[in-house]
Amino acid sequence: MGFLDIKQATKTYGSVKVLHETNIAVEEGEFLVLVGPSGCGKSTLLNMIAGLEAITSGEIAIRGRSMNGVKPADRNIAMVFQSYALYPNMTVKGNIAFGMEMHGIAKPEREKRIGQVADLLQISHLLDRKPGQLSGGQRQRVAMGRALVREPDVFLFDEPLSNLDAKLRVDMRTEIKKLHQKLGTTIVYVTHDQIEALTLSTRIAVMFGGYVQQLGTPKEIYDNPANMFVAGFMGSPSMNLFPAKVVSANGAAAAEISLANGSAATIPFAGDRMSASVGRDIVLGIRPEAITDRDGADRNSKAIHIVEAPVEVTEPAGSDTFVVSQIGGKDVTGRFRADVAVKAGDVFPFAFNMEKAVAFDPESEQRIA
Amino acid sequence: MSTAPSVETGATAAPAVENRSRLFQFSPARIVLYAILAIFCIYYLLPLYVMVVNSLKPLSEITAGGMMALPQQWTLAPWGSAWSTAQVGVEATGLRPYFINSILMVVPAVAISTLLGALNGYVLTKWAFRGSTILFGLLLFGCFIPFQMVLIPMARMLGLMGLAGSVPGLVFVHLVYGIGFSTLYFRNYYAAFPTELVRAAQIDGAGFFTIFWRILLPSSGPIAVVCIIWQFTNIWNDFLFGASFSDFDSQPMTVALNNLVQSSTGVKEYNVHFAGAIMAALPTLLVYIVAGRFFVRGLMAGSVKG
Repeated sequence: MGFLDIKQATKTYGSVKVLHETNIAVEEGEFLVLVGPSGCGKSTLLNMIAGLEAITSGEIAIRGRSMNGVKPADRNIAMVFQSYALYPNMTVKGNIAFGMEMHGIAKPEREKRIGQVADLLQISHLLDRKPGQLSGGQRQRVAMGRALVREPDVFLFDEPLSNLDAKLRVDMRTEIKKLHQKLGTTIVYVTHDQIEALTLSTRIAVMFGGYVQQLGTPKEIYDNPANMFVAGFMGSPSMNLFPAKVVSANGAAAAEISLANGSAATIPFAGDRMSASVGRDIVLGIRPEAITDRDGADRNSKAIHIVEAPVEVTEPAGSDTFVVSQIGGKDVTGRFRADVAVKAGDVFPFAFNMEKAVAFDPESEQRIA
Repeated sequence: MSTAPSVETGATAAPAVENRSRLFQFSPARIVLYAILAIFCIYYLLPLYVMVVNSLKPLSEITAGGMMALPQQWTLAPWGSAWSTAQVGVEATGLRPYFINSILMVVPAVAISTLLGALNGYVLTKWAFRGSTILFGLLLFGCFIPFQMVLIPMARMLGLMGLAGSVPGLVFVHLVYGIGFSTLYFRNYYAAFPTELVRAAQIDGAGFFTIFWRILLPSSGPIAVVCIIWQFTNIWNDFLFGASFSDFDSQPMTVALNNLVQSSTGVKEYNVHFAGAIMAALPTLLVYIVAGRFFVRGLMAGSVKG
């Protein structure tokens, strides 16, 4: 049993089931990120934890106490909203104090806690201002201050960074991570940004279509995606997914792929995990950083295989150059070192790190190996 | 040799003229436009002018035929008379008691209908329940029922409630009619009010009324002003309900003004009538001038997003 337990929780609006039976056990001090495209049910789940939406069936418990039917105010949670939701008519101090005031905390104690939180978030000089006089980043801090000061069991974040500009977003992301490391609080964080999910979380729940597609550590999710959705959603640029056929070459399983110039190539799989699948059509998944130029390949890998393939497009991105080739009718992107002399139209050696390759069933889209 | 400098000055002078014309923009089209605007302005202000000048001159000057002229002898006597001594109906009380009646009617009616409208708008947008849209539709429908239709049923209702012929009775009638509009105003305003603020307050532990008092109402300045101006103007200027549901001692200003003009002992005191009419119109004007200043947009700016 976890600190925050979600057991068989569902949510139905009329006849539409927006959240299917969901089970997540969050340990104390964990940073769980719910990530997925819009409409995947992540915000609904967060609102159910907060008590802003009723649970249709199943149970949500915090510290072993069932929260079904408990009012948001009595769940000992705090929430940071996407729009910050600062009370426009109150000062920053009033905003931070409001929750404590509602919970009947005496004024001296309130003042003390406001002081502590303001110091922690470096907003002491803003306490007498109104939200309208603050910048986006400052509002974000105040919204976090309002949550922190309550000293809740669980913090809920609903896409807190998506209204900030790109640079500030990265800064605040680091800030939130530092805060979590310092305070060791339990956090449930909703975002549609997979980078945020990977950088912040201790565990990620990837959601789509009302289902948790995969629950795991950032590394598990990134290296071992459970299905094609997770593989395609996490990582940027996203994982290359292209059709291949498993064949037997020199007694080992290999992937046969068709190149843009009409020729075919076979790349042996690492190890023998694909041996049972010989003859099968699969979707092969390889991340861009596992398709490199020859010298950029991972020296620790024992399964680097070179495929000469025609280059369709090159996209220099400063630190790397993304090189696109067509394999099996799909654009496949490789991440080459920036100074590799490669240009569109060349036939160039692509180094495939097959230790990092994963295979999916084209029908069910589930992971084979 | 001698012509060269003059050519040069001519060249530099030309742009200066251009600049000036751009500053004042006295193009023919603009002159015509301003002339038309001025004519309309005079046209609309003329009645007010007639009322003001005639309320400030002795009756003899009016009967002599000088309607448009400025007073030869300025006097405040007509105002004093209209306020406290003129014959209104059977009694020579002036308009003062009726002015007080109107205040006693309009203040609670406006305050309560605005407050209830705000509460309705809050419930209809942030605590919507099954059938709330239908309820709102019915309230809206209430706005468009002609006053004449409800006169007899309302008279019966007031009789049953024991409020017939009293100021509280008038307050009740205006309240019932006012709620439809005030609800419409506040519902539309609160529909744009971020629901996340209400949710944040819920998580902070605020209840239904605390959220209303502490979060929504303090942010409702602009719409409250609109609502107050609208309700005040309508209720203050109402004649039909005032004439139908009041007794002699509870008549509002509009009815009393009518009685003042109708009841004469011999000569028609036009100057007193003008003064009385201005008195009846002043409070609404005052509300526009005072409340209009607080009608600033953007009180909500910065609560959410940037």
